[in-house]
Amino acid sequence: MQCSICKEKPATVHLTQIVGDKMQKLDLCEDCAKAKGINDPTSFSLADADVLFGLGASQEIEQSGGGVETKCPRCGFTQADFKKSGRLGCPECYKTFAEGLEGLLKTMHKGTHHAGKVPEALRANREQSDRLKLLQKKLARAIEDENFEEAAQLRDEIKQITPRGTGLSVT
Amino acid sequence: MKLDEFLISPAETARRHGPHDRIVMSSRVRLARNLRDAAFPGWAKKPERLKVLETIRPAVESLPEMKEAFSEVMDNLTTLDKQILVERHLISREHAAKGSGSGLVFNREESFCVMINEEDHLRMQALRPGLQLRQAWSAIDHLDSELEQRLDYAFNNELGYLTACPTNLGTAVRVSAMLHLPGLVLAEQINPIIQSVNKLGLAVRGLYGEGTEALGNVFQVSNQMTLGETETTIVERLDKVLSQIIEHEENARQILLEKKPKVVFNHIGRAYGILANAHSISSKETMNLLSLMRLGVDLGLFPAEERPKVDELFIVTQPAHLQKQFSDKLSAEERDLLRADMLRDRLKHVSRPDTKKGGAGLDKPANS
Repeated sequence: MQCSICKEKPATVHLTQIVGDKMQKLDLCEDCAKAKGINDPTSFSLADADVLFGLGASQEIEQSGGGVETKCPRCGFTQADFKKSGRLGCPECYKTFAEGLEGLLKTMHKGTHHAGKVPEALRANREQSDRLKLLQKKLARAIEDENFEEAAQLRDEIKQITPRGTGLSVT
Repeated sequence: MKLDEFLISPAETARRHGPHDRIVMSSRVRLARNLRDAAFPGWAKKPERLKVLETIRPAVESLPEMKEAFSEVMDNLTTLDKQILVERHLISREHAAKGSGSGLVFNREESFCVMINEEDHLRMQALRPGLQLRQAWSAIDHLDSELEQRLDYAFNNELGYLTACPTNLGTAVRVSAMLHLPGLVLAEQINPIIQSVNKLGLAVRGLYGEGTEALGNVFQVSNQMTLGETETTIVERLDKVLSQIIEHEENARQILLEKKPKVVFNHIGRAYGILANAHSISSKETMNLLSLMRLGVDLGLFPAEERPKVDELFIVTQPAHLQKQFSDKLSAEERDLLRADMLRDRLKHVSRPDTKKGGAGLDKPANS
């Protein structure tokens, strides 16, 4: 087995750690393990390591790209840059690389939907968009179940809260 | 304004009190925020970073909490000043490495500190002595709510606050406490504790955060995950875990004293012996031995009045603080000599550990 960091030397240090309810594994050669301070368990936790992050993250994003290099239209940041730094280029990158990030966020966090604080100015907007999403889900289900009476009602509700001019269609 | 004129003196810092401060040295809640229309600091070119700094700095300075604040751009601070700020835990080591385009604002009490253009455009933190996570959270929450009226944050309905690193996404909150755990280290129980804390999705780090070793038996415990739960849930979980760690540490101390008093007295006695008599001593050894002296105070082997002195020495014997007291540039070897001189002098009137009184400190209720 090769070291997951340098990809040259054979891996002799094998780490498994359970963070939350997820298991994370890492195979390293002696030199890389030392370089990352893994030989001292008191100062190291897998979840901490940029090591782990750098690895998993770039792979996921790469796979989702399907070989074509995606570039952020706002800031010019690419997958290769992400692989190098483990950081994104700008807020817009979260849209650009959304597909690849999704799986990554699942392994990294408790959930993928923000549950915490919302800036005051956006609160009303967010509540509305959450409600809209819920109604649309209900609508889809109603149509699937051929429950057209309920569907019509839901459609009207959606129409009511959809801001004019957003182009959101409900048909 | 000069930094050293503004900073609270180490002697004063060492006298600050908070709940459970025998074990919990400080509590901290940090929020990361970014402006919607700018590249993150690590990717932005210098003109863009400067523009962000020019937007954020006045907004932060105008906060009522920052009425009396130290505000400076990083290129105006010397390497030594930056290192001092790191040793005071006011800025990260990463921020200390920044120059043009980054800045720093903190208030007189050092209870709020805002780093501009660290990894994110804004890294703001509330600091409190002892175990005060809830207070720190509500303080920084309030500061953030004021700032959001002045700045246009990058926020996404699904992902929350957008951060340079996806690990901070969502609440972008890091809740942490600095713990002094010599009992668990001496009893060799620290590793299983760290492992079980890790299992709860919390990280344990050394004295200076990410990737640093646990000098002086000081550990930082913090949340790892930021997306998918509320800030309050995160604060409450950490608070619960910390109460358990405090209990384990108290138990470890009690059991050590009951079962292996000689081992404990030996460690503390030797620590005192070396600190009070050495003629050359490194900063690392100093911290590890001061940790044992601090334990000695907790256990009643030294009078309680000596605690601020020990805590102050913890700060002033660190390399940058030591260098600051001398005008000539010191080499590491020279620092080791001067550090030992300072320790001998400051500990001159501290009497030898009184082992007959050992354990007395345990019966005292925790500072709360």
